Amino acid sequence: MNTNINMTNQEYSDYIDKKAKNSPILKDVALAFLVGGIICMIGQLITDLFMKFGVTKDDAGIITSIILIFLGAFLTSLNLYSKIGKFAGAGSIIPITGFSNSVVAPAIEYKTEGYILGLGANMFKIAGPVLVYGISSSVAVGLIYWLIKLFI
Amino acid sequence: MKVGKQTIKLENTPKILQTSSMVGPKEKQGPLSIYFDLDTQDIFLGEKSFEKAESKMMETCINNLLNKASVKNEDIDYIFAGDLLNQCISSGYCMRNLGIPFFGLYGACSTFCESLTLASLFVNANYASKAIAATSSHFCSAERQFRMPLEHGNQKSPTAQCTVTASGSAIVVKKEDGIPGPYVTHVTPGKIIDYNVTDMTNMGAAMAPAAFNTIAMHLQDTGRTADYYDAIVTGDLGVLGSEILVDIFRKEGIELNGIHADCGALIYDHDKQDTHCGGSGCGCMASVFSGYFFEQLKTKKMNKILIVATGALMSTLSSQQGESIPGIAHAVAIENEV
Repeated sequence: MNTNINMTNQEYSDYIDKKAKNSPILKDVALAFLVGGIICMIGQLITDLFMKFGVTKDDAGIITSIILIFLGAFLTSLNLYSKIGKFAGAGSIIPITGFSNSVVAPAIEYKTEGYILGLGANMFKIAGPVLVYGISSSVAVGLIYWLIKLFI
Repeated sequence: MKVGKQTIKLENTPKILQTSSMVGPKEKQGPLSIYFDLDTQDIFLGEKSFEKAESKMMETCINNLLNKASVKNEDIDYIFAGDLLNQCISSGYCMRNLGIPFFGLYGACSTFCESLTLASLFVNANYASKAIAATSSHFCSAERQFRMPLEHGNQKSPTAQCTVTASGSAIVVKKEDGIPGPYVTHVTPGKIIDYNVTDMTNMGAAMAPAAFNTIAMHLQDTGRTADYYDAIVTGDLGVLGSEILVDIFRKEGIELNGIHADCGALIYDHDKQDTHCGGSGCGCMASVFSGYFFEQLKTKKMNKILIVATGALMSTLSSQQGESIPGIAHAVAIENEV
């Protein structure tokens, strides 16, 4: 009897891929679209409401961001955002509420290691890469925009 | 005495005198609920951190074992214990209060069989008359070490497993005439087997070839057939890993269906409890063996079982560096008659 499986690494990998259950992509995409859409609609609603009361479009946008960030943090602290995330996937990760969740979640988790080396050092563990590459790419895009403007 | 390539036959057949198990709320809701000695509804166990909670769970489990076996701390010669946390802190801090000479082990989820193997060998060789094997794992402490913060809203892969919040321990003593078993008769420590699986959310697939290798080596070394055993119990291959194991054995002409059981697949009701491919972690086999299978042996519903704890020996660092997952499995044969 063989004591090692009679497959190469590649054959084993193919075999597992065939055997493993895939994520239900259609369902996941549909739910992400739905929930992501609802979050954006809530944002739009807040903006429109403020504009109706005479707030300028720019200010209304800033206020909306602040409210959504607060809501994301609030729902995270009630341990509800993780439940929404499980249901909606990228639908609740991508909007600004998800960004808020990804900062507050480690803040809660690492509080046990103290405010400096725990909470402070780990707060941006998930959001950090988004900031690094988000800011870097906006600088790059800005630079390209400036260069193009010079010649046109 | 060594038999074959990897197996040791324990000629003095040490006896597993007693076991103890403790589980968290989710495991208590599972189908094996009635078999566990203790449970907690508070995942913090009154402590301030998950690490402290895990340590306390292990200590509570071991104290319960000492009570059940009616022995005192000072009667125990050595304790072999481990867990999943960096530097095995759950075990280390737990031992602080027990005052028993301690070997800290890390074999990831295979630790229970590793500790039971060593405890049995010490007793078999007369280096100890009473030794304890114990392990624990905690969903929340494992999640923060290996995965994302608990409150982060994300989705898990369908092949992912859920680390169990549980601790299990067993006390191994010298065999005495006239007192019934179960006894530890053979142990087969496993080799690292790596088929280049890199997906940390599919550990069943990473560990199944290791389980196959150890079981096949054990059967070859002892000259036994798979159906010699009433059950061949793997630690935490989960639903997918179990299917793979049965598949590979079938290719070799050996049918494991009906003989094979997996603690990770048994501990939860996957549809109702949303645990994807099942449970995992050091505490999985420890609690399911100590709770369910030891009871089956005691009541003679099963008389010969082979327990095979499976481990995935990667870390978050090795995974981020793109390394594959080294699998390992250790087997311990436990029989009522010798």
